[in-house]
Amino acid sequence: MNAKKISYLLLREAGIGVALVLICIFFAVAEPKFASYANLMNIFTQISINTVIAVGMTFVILLGGIDLSVGSVLALCSVAAGLIITNEALPPGVATTLAVMMSVIVGASCGLFNGFVSERWKIHSFVVTLGMLNIARGAALQISDSRTIFAFPDGFSSFGAQTVFGMPVIFVMALSIVIIASIVLKKTVYGRMIYAIGNNEEAVRLSGHRTILYKVSAYVICGGCVGVASIMYMLRLNIASPILGVGFELNAIAAVVIGGTSMMGGKGSLIGTFLGASIIGVLSNGLLLLGMGDFARQIVTGLIIVIAVVIDTYRNKVLIKLQQT
Amino acid sequence: MKDKPTILEIRNLTKIFPGVVALKQVNLDIMQGEIHVLVGENGAGKSSLIKVLCGIYTPESGHINYNGQPYKPQTPSDAIEAGIRVVYQEFNLLPFLSVAENIFFEQLPQKYGFVDFKTLYRKTQNLLDAVGLDVSPDTPVELLGVAQMQLIEIAKALSSQSKVLILDEPTATLTSREIDTLFDIINKLKAEGVTIIFISHHLEEVFKIGDRITVLRNGETAGTHTTDSITIPAIVKLMVGRSMEEEYPFQDDVQPGPTVLSVEKLQCTRNSPPLSFGVGQGELLGIAGLVGSGRTDAVRAIFGADIKYAGDVIKNGKVISIKSPKDAVNNGISLLTENRKDQGLVLDMPCQTNITLTDLNEVSRNGFLQPAKEMAVAAKHVDELSIKTPSLDQWVRYLSGGNQQKIVIAKWLFRNTDVLIFDEPTRGIDVGAKYEIYLLLWELARRGKAIIIVSSDLPEMLGICHRMIVFSNGKITGELRREDFNQEEILSMAYSGYIHGDNDRNNTEMSA
Repeated sequence: MNAKKISYLLLREAGIGVALVLICIFFAVAEPKFASYANLMNIFTQISINTVIAVGMTFVILLGGIDLSVGSVLALCSVAAGLIITNEALPPGVATTLAVMMSVIVGASCGLFNGFVSERWKIHSFVVTLGMLNIARGAALQISDSRTIFAFPDGFSSFGAQTVFGMPVIFVMALSIVIIASIVLKKTVYGRMIYAIGNNEEAVRLSGHRTILYKVSAYVICGGCVGVASIMYMLRLNIASPILGVGFELNAIAAVVIGGTSMMGGKGSLIGTFLGASIIGVLSNGLLLLGMGDFARQIVTGLIIVIAVVIDTYRNKVLIKLQQT
Repeated sequence: MKDKPTILEIRNLTKIFPGVVALKQVNLDIMQGEIHVLVGENGAGKSSLIKVLCGIYTPESGHINYNGQPYKPQTPSDAIEAGIRVVYQEFNLLPFLSVAENIFFEQLPQKYGFVDFKTLYRKTQNLLDAVGLDVSPDTPVELLGVAQMQLIEIAKALSSQSKVLILDEPTATLTSREIDTLFDIINKLKAEGVTIIFISHHLEEVFKIGDRITVLRNGETAGTHTTDSITIPAIVKLMVGRSMEEEYPFQDDVQPGPTVLSVEKLQCTRNSPPLSFGVGQGELLGIAGLVGSGRTDAVRAIFGADIKYAGDVIKNGKVISIKSPKDAVNNGISLLTENRKDQGLVLDMPCQTNITLTDLNEVSRNGFLQPAKEMAVAAKHVDELSIKTPSLDQWVRYLSGGNQQKIVIAKWLFRNTDVLIFDEPTRGIDVGAKYEIYLLLWELARRGKAIIIVSSDLPEMLGICHRMIVFSNGKITGELRREDFNQEEILSMAYSGYIHGDNDRNNTEMSA
């Protein structure tokens, strides 16, 4: 390891991490309440759902696509799960299990639709998932009769309130998903294919692979993650509603982009995505503690996203220079 | 002709690229108002010469006089300003804008900051009349046919008062009737005093239109002749030129065995003629022909990279079904594509990732990659092929062309298929790396692989192949065994599909 290699690795892996630490130090100094146990738990809870959606989004963006439908699909999943979990004819344990399965299946099916349509007819996923954004929202409103569903079984609600090693249960779920998905991307043949296709699909196809299967699968994974996120949402708020998740796609995309994943595909990591989601969560929480209003916070968050991408572009240029020498 | 003044005087022009001399001391005189034809094989230097003339390349040495004045264009706009303009093979039009806007795009007439459409359409109409094109100036270009777009390009060139008009293979995509119209217009422009430099592969039409012909060969001028003082065979002889050199390792200890792969009546598209050929064990089969003669289409169809229209692929006596590259690879066929950067490599990934991409099962267990095994495989291939890279982790984007090509070869060696198809394996790489690739091809043949090579470098194919088939205009126009190899004959076969091709052209025109 020479100095060049170390600076290369630092630049590649640590950039966002350093930014996150600096932001945390800033808030901890400016507002002592920020670093309290209660507030940290609060942040963990707040970032969990966006993290899980952003994990799925990372798969799609690594392949050069995008999924705008995640917010609406989350609502559809929650309504479908909510209708089952509140079904009085089923024993609570069975109802809960079925609801969880239902949520994941609905999410994955929406992803299958997105992936299949955009790959089969070579339509950009921006358009297809924009359609799904409307389809899923409409379906959620339709099947729920546009009502919010609540009164979940006691076991379900109390599970959501639990902590593991002092951390909220949904944060532990989110962290596990980040770790598992990260292993899939970095250590498996499947992950290798995702990166390679994202870099040069034609070269991979001409190397004798059926690239379309991998591309569709990424949308299914994204949908599945949304299904899991919907269950986490229900654990957290104890409601299921057809109007949940409006604008979630933008937060998820922001987390992925801040995390350094290229919108052109092929480059990025899930650790980056997790840190990106954390930055968004920490900013939102910290600025609120500092007494900033909703509107001003939105402005700041937006600016941070743009700044992060500008820095990332510059960082990539430096990385390429280091690679060349 | 003698009494006309010289408009362009090119003296000792040399253009060098890393590893290749594109133009060697080229001397050429273009007379005012003549139609001067440039011919030559692929890579003979025609494109380089044009690019120097229109300011894209700066020559290393030599000078050009234009109307008696030194001419040193730094950018394409310098050339346009001087009145030298090129109409390229690929059009440079904006499809959604109108004919008029395209023609005057660089100099739209304005009034109070708005486009003056009245003047624009009047000027455009004049130019359209000049090129004999009967469309309204406000027609969007996307609605026009290829021949009409060609004329728009010419009108665009005329809009800036061009004195020298360079046409780069203007007839490549036209039907014979459209070519006649184009020739009428070219003759009309000539009558108006415009000097025309005309580049074409179609030798027959060259004699119809040209006043004088200059042959380029290996970056040098191989003679200028008036069209009435020379014949097609003489031109072909000039194009071929030099005798073969001993830079190719033909090794006669390898004898071709029984046929491994063959195709029967392969049709790439509905209108393409059926093709049948085969390649044997340990055989190096060359596919010769001009760029665009259907060689690449045929090998891509065999590999399943494009879906074929009809025909069978037969491997070891059995018809195999190939619907995708995956099917081809599973049946033991690999294709090293002509464009390594777009189709062969994942540029922003390391060497080992590229090498193992063809067979990840070999370096994984239960779906998990085995990095140590992968590195070992990569190291072995990098070593065997003497690929020069600072480390295996280096992105292949930063390797030289020759080493990139070796990575592509390495990835297919790793897959170890019995049939290997190489499309332009030595394009754009230096002589040393070329020689190593030839030796490697022989090593593969010795191991019993069946090898098909598509190359535009005819001397190379003559040097290394057991047998050659020649493509011309989508058809197979000849087949030669090594003992009968004859450069002139192969070249005339490569052109024959175009010379006698007028009937075909009419047929396609009718059925289209």
